Amino acid sequence: MKLTGAEILIKMIKDQGVDTIFGYPGGAVIDIYHELAKNPDLRHILVRHEQGAIHAADAYARASSTTGVALVTSGPGATNAVTGIASAHSDSIPLVVFTGQVPTALIGNDAFQEVDIVGITRPCTKHNYLVKDIKDLAKTINEAFFIAQSGRPGPVLVDLPKDIQQASIDFKDPGISLNSYKPTYKPNKKQIAKAVKLLTKAKKPIIFAGGGVISSKASEEVTKLAKMTNIPVTASLMGLGCFPGTDDLWLGMPGMHGTYRANMSIGECDLMLAVGVRFDDRVTGKIDQFAPNAKIIQIDIDPTSIHKNVEVLCPIVGDCKESLSMFIKILVEEQKEKPENAAWLKTISDWKSTTPLKYDQGKDIIKPQYVVEKLNEMTKGEAIITTEVGQNQMWAAQFYDFTKPNHFITSGGLGVMGFGLPAAIGAKAACPEKEVIDIAGDGSIQMNIQELMTAIEAKLSVKIVILNNQYLGMVRQWQEFFYDKVYASTGMSHAPDFVKLAQAYGAKGIRCSKPENVEKVLSEGLAHNGTVIMEFIVEKEESVYPMVPAGKAITEMLLV
Amino acid sequence: MNTNKYLLSILVDNEPGVLSRIAGLFSGRGFNIESLSVAATNKPEVSRLTMVTKCEPQIIEQIKKQLNKLINVITVNDLTEKRFIQRQLSLVKVNAQPDKRAEILRIVDIFRCKVIDVGLDHFTIEVSGDMEKLEAFLSLLKPMGIIEIASTGSIALARENGKKENGKQTK
Repeated sequence: MKLTGAEILIKMIKDQGVDTIFGYPGGAVIDIYHELAKNPDLRHILVRHEQGAIHAADAYARASSTTGVALVTSGPGATNAVTGIASAHSDSIPLVVFTGQVPTALIGNDAFQEVDIVGITRPCTKHNYLVKDIKDLAKTINEAFFIAQSGRPGPVLVDLPKDIQQASIDFKDPGISLNSYKPTYKPNKKQIAKAVKLLTKAKKPIIFAGGGVISSKASEEVTKLAKMTNIPVTASLMGLGCFPGTDDLWLGMPGMHGTYRANMSIGECDLMLAVGVRFDDRVTGKIDQFAPNAKIIQIDIDPTSIHKNVEVLCPIVGDCKESLSMFIKILVEEQKEKPENAAWLKTISDWKSTTPLKYDQGKDIIKPQYVVEKLNEMTKGEAIITTEVGQNQMWAAQFYDFTKPNHFITSGGLGVMGFGLPAAIGAKAACPEKEVIDIAGDGSIQMNIQELMTAIEAKLSVKIVILNNQYLGMVRQWQEFFYDKVYASTGMSHAPDFVKLAQAYGAKGIRCSKPENVEKVLSEGLAHNGTVIMEFIVEKEESVYPMVPAGKAITEMLLV
Repeated sequence: MNTNKYLLSILVDNEPGVLSRIAGLFSGRGFNIESLSVAATNKPEVSRLTMVTKCEPQIIEQIKKQLNKLINVITVNDLTEKRFIQRQLSLVKVNAQPDKRAEILRIVDIFRCKVIDVGLDHFTIEVSGDMEKLEAFLSLLKPMGIIEIASTGSIALARENGKKENGKQTK
């Protein structure tokens, strides 16, 4: 059967089980859009800026544990997508991004809306392709999906010249032919046995879990292992939710804005079981004082993550889920005793009671932490939370008790302001039955505010909580601490009226400036059947604590 | 800093953009390339890329892993750990005044290389060998006045029994 390139693309996207894509049309993808129009069963969500399409696809992938798909045009459409792609790459999120390209005959001629997007995205994709022959199209699409979702996941870009979309060929599915790409899922059993021995001998062990636990769906195993062995758990920003935030063994997030007990535990532990983490600088602080007394066991599917930043005594290359299952199996079979760590748990609980996360909610001005805490209470920790980047992101991470994986969706590695709103839309598209809330700042919400229209048009009701402190708060905080309080260009007092802005887009807008009204406004906003902006006028110069100054060990925290 | 030289022999898919992926990996991660040579192998769909890089021992591990992570990289072989043969080809244009010609030709003879172009006041010499031989050759020619040099990157293959003995490379 003869099919055009555009027909092959849509057919194969559907064959992958994809039912929703995010995109924005343009001259170089007009043939694909023409084909999409004939396929109403493949939902296309029209964003208002290509960056939004990628963040939405990213969050869709995370909320649904599938692969996100986006479609954008050539040139500026493709370059607008780059920030989103780089964010997904940093966070190891499976995405397939299709970009239009000028016809093959024009490539290299500086044609209208031509950029070398394969060249531009080479360092920020897991892999990318330019399809130069219709014969390669089907194989390339298969490989793109396979690469995106296997091993350590990541974004794959496929650049589709216009003449390839229009050309026809006898279609048959060619499968894939990858010479050497074979991620290691099965861990080395000997290494696991060695790790189990180390673990059971430890006096002060901790588990440090990350995004890899969520992408390999190993939350259950982490939780089970922690409970069996009574080992406390900390999780990186990307790993939040992989272990219940309400559990006694929960240490909170570590790092620059980590909890006191998480950072102290890392400083003092004698063994760290690191699962699906890459020891980012925001977690480690001064690298040579990170976990100085610990024997480190590291499980990761990506060998480059091991020995990259920290020395590891017992490396295990493999899938987190498979590795932890094997771990648990050995523990059960050998009836290993729980490590003797009662004294250790006592130390940790003392840290928790003497130095908890805290803030002081007075009578007059709303504290941003209070809003997040109330939100946590009222949604019982069960909403999907997306965030922007900065203080809002840290407060969300600190004061919302995530109890399940795939419920905290944030731009962790790249730290993209403007991520939260399109991400909320993507998450809502994946989980329409869930409450989806973007915890935002007044600065970053303005970076992709146009996506309000997407939410309204697609009838994807998202709740936006703006913590409005009239500053780019995180940078302001650094300026306060380290730059003599010179607030250079971080003032945001010139801002739109967010309530009217919401209304202009057809959403609901509510403002709250009194602590006693926080609960009322939240319940009104959450109860509203539609997209809402809830703007909270909060303390202007509130800072995120604890804070580890750049270059210091993570045990050297500035506390409230 | 304790830096060593490493010789990597990398098989890659013979496709457009692969060299750029590898070069981009090195520049993006702050690794350094001393020399590079690429050509197709006996299998037309596979190219061999031979690279010399200078770095600390723990960095070479990361370099090898990062290379392996590229989808188009088939194998990464660290020849420094093995017995291998290595060659580099240089064209050396050297000042050849009448009183020096005989001496230059003697050196050429000793090193078993060839004069491939002769001018009124210069020779161009083709020399191949491992890096030590080339360095020795150039140091002898230097006093004559070297005008220009064009060199290929190193190319190398592991010996049949590639295991390294006594930590020595074989010539």
